[in-house]
Amino acid sequence: MTAASLPRAAAPVRLMNLKRLLRTVLPALSLILILLAIAWLNPRAISYFGFNLMLNLAIPIALATLAQMFVITINELDLSIGTFVGFVGCVTATWLREEPLLGIAVLAGGIAVYAGLGALIHLRNLPSIVVTLGMSFVWQGLAILTLPKPGGKAPDWLLTMMGLKPPFVPFPIIAAVLIAVVVHFGLMRSSYGAVLRGAGGNGQAIGRAGWSLLKTKIIMFGLAGVFGVLSGMALIGITTSADANIGNGYTLLSIAGVILGGGEFVGGRVSPIGAVIGALTLALAASPLLTFMHIPPDWQVGANGIILIVVLAARALLGRRGA
Amino acid sequence: MDRVKKLLATPWIWSFVGALLVWVAAIVFTRGYGAGGMLTAGLSLAVFMVIVGIGQMFVITLGPGNVDLSLPANIGLASAVAMKVMGGNDSMIAVGLVAALASGIAIGVANYGLIRLLRIPPIIATLSSSFIILSIDISYGRGLQIKPPPGFASFTNIQIFGLPILAILGVIFALICGIVLQRMIYGRSVLAIGQNMRAARLAGIPVERVRLITYALSGALGGVDGALLAGYFRGASVDIGNEYLLSSIAVVVIGGTSVAGGKANVPGIWGASLFLVLLLTMLNTFGVSAGVRLLLTGLIIVGVITAAGGQQVTR
Repeated sequence: MTAASLPRAAAPVRLMNLKRLLRTVLPALSLILILLAIAWLNPRAISYFGFNLMLNLAIPIALATLAQMFVITINELDLSIGTFVGFVGCVTATWLREEPLLGIAVLAGGIAVYAGLGALIHLRNLPSIVVTLGMSFVWQGLAILTLPKPGGKAPDWLLTMMGLKPPFVPFPIIAAVLIAVVVHFGLMRSSYGAVLRGAGGNGQAIGRAGWSLLKTKIIMFGLAGVFGVLSGMALIGITTSADANIGNGYTLLSIAGVILGGGEFVGGRVSPIGAVIGALTLALAASPLLTFMHIPPDWQVGANGIILIVVLAARALLGRRGA
Repeated sequence: MDRVKKLLATPWIWSFVGALLVWVAAIVFTRGYGAGGMLTAGLSLAVFMVIVGIGQMFVITLGPGNVDLSLPANIGLASAVAMKVMGGNDSMIAVGLVAALASGIAIGVANYGLIRLLRIPPIIATLSSSFIILSIDISYGRGLQIKPPPGFASFTNIQIFGLPILAILGVIFALICGIVLQRMIYGRSVLAIGQNMRAARLAGIPVERVRLITYALSGALGGVDGALLAGYFRGASVDIGNEYLLSSIAVVVIGGTSVAGGKANVPGIWGASLFLVLLLTMLNTFGVSAGVRLLLTGLIIVGVITAAGGQQVTR
């Protein structure tokens, strides 16, 4: 390439970088847009109390989304996270309160089952969609057996924790930032995190380089279990009592959150910060915004779908050709 | 002997064996009481799973990531459309069926539009569209329980020598789909795309047209299923299709179709549907609680898929 042709080539490169930048900040941009919409429709919502109210359920959704993200990182999909969150909720509202040791053991067992699933899927080369589909029935069954009727009560320490009112910044925002930063540094900035993501990007190469693929699957599914447990506990800390079906919607919400946050189904391309932002967007879009906009209840679910489509369409328009 | 060995090597035989075992277990428990009735009811209920299962199978065969999550909402809307158009009037049955079919095809085409034009991954595209369909259904159906015309309701319950007419039609339909899949250009194109989309495109297969047809077909089958379900259960409702989200995917995979795409199996869908339906029947006759029933269903699905093993990695 001659020196003369360089400036001419620079313009498309700059445009490409701009597009890439836009793509990266798109999740945050859509969150800001939704916040602006809320501020415009109801300025009083943008306050300490308003955020506390609107983002209350965002913590469990964000945790479930991260659980899903770990699984998506290694090119798998978890269709059981929602019922697992429900099961954890039922255990939290019953055993964890009455017999903490038994409760902790059961939850640890749940995480162990998750890690075991990772091993099973890898060793038998099974489609994760089906295995987790089957597991979704298992968790739901266990949840119903644990808590046949809605009820139970969250342990007091959990209620206190989820009800924290720190000065200036509402608790949900602090929690979301904290969770996002911790996972970001663990998965995106640590050297083993790169191996874990590499297992999704090119498993064969990671295997040839001497890393155990079995171990990466066990770790990622195990982490999904850990975050599923955290999500279920956070959920019960907010709702105070449980119901066997309480987490069912989380399966699809968590997948949508990961994709909204800029993650992709294959290739280990995920973004923890994006996933948390995606979950916040979904949590905000889920109800408060729609109530402020006076959308009839019939159309609230539909409006959710439209928001998803609009955000993803915007991402497609910014083009993957450049990246 | 060779023939037996060959039969045992076919991937779909195990789902039928499983269905048979479950049925025998149920009969042994009831000491033969209601064996025929169980089979008749099982066949009828399995048909609804087979119809959506075949639609889902074609979509999944297109390759990794392709799946239709809008089927439950589609079934719900189509059931309402069919019942409203029929309006309890026997002379409008055909029109109602066509309306349900049209509603399903429209949904399928819309799904493809989202996937192709907006480049949204199919899982999320069909998920978002299912939210919208659900809203349309809620505001269109307005919670009314519309009864099917008497002629349509009795048609869905006709039995010939103890065999439900829907099951007979379902077997014929599955046969046609098997021929379409293995012997016709469309079916072979779907398989080729699932094996390697790039190679299929380079080989001159109209990839995008085939994908459009496949999503429309899945939508159409969802629509027909909704109308039939409303006839069989005597009324449309928003959540009539809910259980088919998971079961449509489950029958495809248990039936021996590869989730990685490019390998499909129609007989297996029938086997897997019978297996799942009879499994639920068996657990019901055992009188177990809902929790245990779900737990065992899940464990059996995981057990079956583990025993059947995954496919070898080819790429």
